[in-house]
Amino acid sequence: MFDKRNLKLLGLLMALVLAAGLLAVGCAPKEEEPGGEAGGEIILATTTSTYDSGLLDYLHPIFKEKTGIEVKVISQGTGQALETGKNGDADVLLVHDRQAELQLVEEGFFVDRHDVMYNDFIIVGPEADPSGVKEAGSALEALQKIAAGETEFVSRGDDSGTHRLEMRLWEAAGVAPEDQAWYASAGSGMGDTLRMAHEKEAYCIADRGTYVSLKKDLDLVLLFDGDPALFNQYGVMAVNPEKHPHVKYDLAKKYIEFLTSQEGQELIAGFKKEGETLFFPGLGLEE
Amino acid sequence: MPRLLEGIMEAFTLIIKLDPELMKIVLLSLQVSGAAIIISTLLGIPLGTWLGLKPEKKTALINKVIYTFMGLPPVVAGLVIYLLLSRVGPLGVLGLLYTPTAMIIAQVTLALPIVTGLTLVGVRSRGKEVEETARSLGAGPLLSAWTVVRESRVALLGAVVTGFGRVIAEVGAVMMVGGNIEGHTRVMTTAIVLETRKGNYAYAIGLGLILLTLSFVINTFLYRVQRGGEVNS
Repeated sequence: MFDKRNLKLLGLLMALVLAAGLLAVGCAPKEEEPGGEAGGEIILATTTSTYDSGLLDYLHPIFKEKTGIEVKVISQGTGQALETGKNGDADVLLVHDRQAELQLVEEGFFVDRHDVMYNDFIIVGPEADPSGVKEAGSALEALQKIAAGETEFVSRGDDSGTHRLEMRLWEAAGVAPEDQAWYASAGSGMGDTLRMAHEKEAYCIADRGTYVSLKKDLDLVLLFDGDPALFNQYGVMAVNPEKHPHVKYDLAKKYIEFLTSQEGQELIAGFKKEGETLFFPGLGLEE
Repeated sequence: MPRLLEGIMEAFTLIIKLDPELMKIVLLSLQVSGAAIIISTLLGIPLGTWLGLKPEKKTALINKVIYTFMGLPPVVAGLVIYLLLSRVGPLGVLGLLYTPTAMIIAQVTLALPIVTGLTLVGVRSRGKEVEETARSLGAGPLLSAWTVVRESRVALLGAVVTGFGRVIAEVGAVMMVGGNIEGHTRVMTTAIVLETRKGNYAYAIGLGLILLTLSFVINTFLYRVQRGGEVNS
């Protein structure tokens, strides 16, 4: 039932799969090895906005050169990243929901929280601007105009920092958008949500960093910015080693020190995309 | 459309240059899915053979369960393994979340039912006959089971290749338990998701082409073996 050629092929496949398996087994122990004296690894849970912008790819090689520590990055929405940290599945967090962060530090889940950098959220939409968002005097007025005009709006809908800010703004504007026909909840990251807004010619609230890095592919223009209510503060914090004794607190602390050091802050300020600064160092606005 | 063409052109340069980052991702995909399929084969073929040789009535329920799990959505497998391996989960002390080992575990839960189920079907079609012949020639239970495996090898090979094709192409489970960490747990499918999100289409298309090529190689092989089997048996 098997001719010789097929048997040979079978042997070859078996050998390939076996080799792949052996390689995998050979690699596995390396992954689990705890970090030595110098170096080691930490897991950073962060948001799609910091990761997709390329900021971390730019900072981490410099950090590794200085300390030998390798940062493994998991990019999630802020809500999920906070959950990952609370469960002890990461060592350090870089997220943007200041209220929730301070609350969780209070509750003892995280320690050593610092304000690292900020940028702002912007309202983007089609150039025609059917609801006249451009003329709005405040972020709340802009949202009210979108609601009154019943023009399409795409929301992140994923419990990320951006989504949480958007929901707070709707509430302050006195609009309950969830059940409206013009409101679409994407349940996706910032890039996907912007692309959806682009396809639907809809409005969208985005962080400036992601919008700038993707705007060459989008027919969306910046319609409203500059309201203090749209400030976007990023904070870094370590998982509390008293809650989760296995976390690499010492290494996490070094990472926090690096980001908040003068050198780290200058590096962040110097990071540009399409000629624009994406993140500004330090604390933006006091709440 | 021009973007798709541009992407394909750029993708070819990346592949031809053997872009080191790209190669690392492809290699890890093969390692993780290769290990998962080896484990699934070692467990699934004996299990499927054993079940296939039992009377159908006795194993009806377990058969139905296996067939159901053959269609298990990868994200569901990922979610369950995630909750088991998280630090606050029952196996949290092992610290396996966000490692290739976790990805292998998740893919085994996807591939094992497929290998077992297809083995079972293959063995059931002719296995009893073969087993009885072997027995009548004086073979013990183990030796006759081995004879069944040998005689059903075309079906079993199909089971293994189908399982491999399923896990190498899935994204939901490895994303959830691996975390898509660059250089550690980033595989082809999770990289495609990330690069698309970043608007980096060339890279995403390049990986897509490699995945398609792999799938083509596997299917060509499967087709030839199955045809060979038919002609000669």
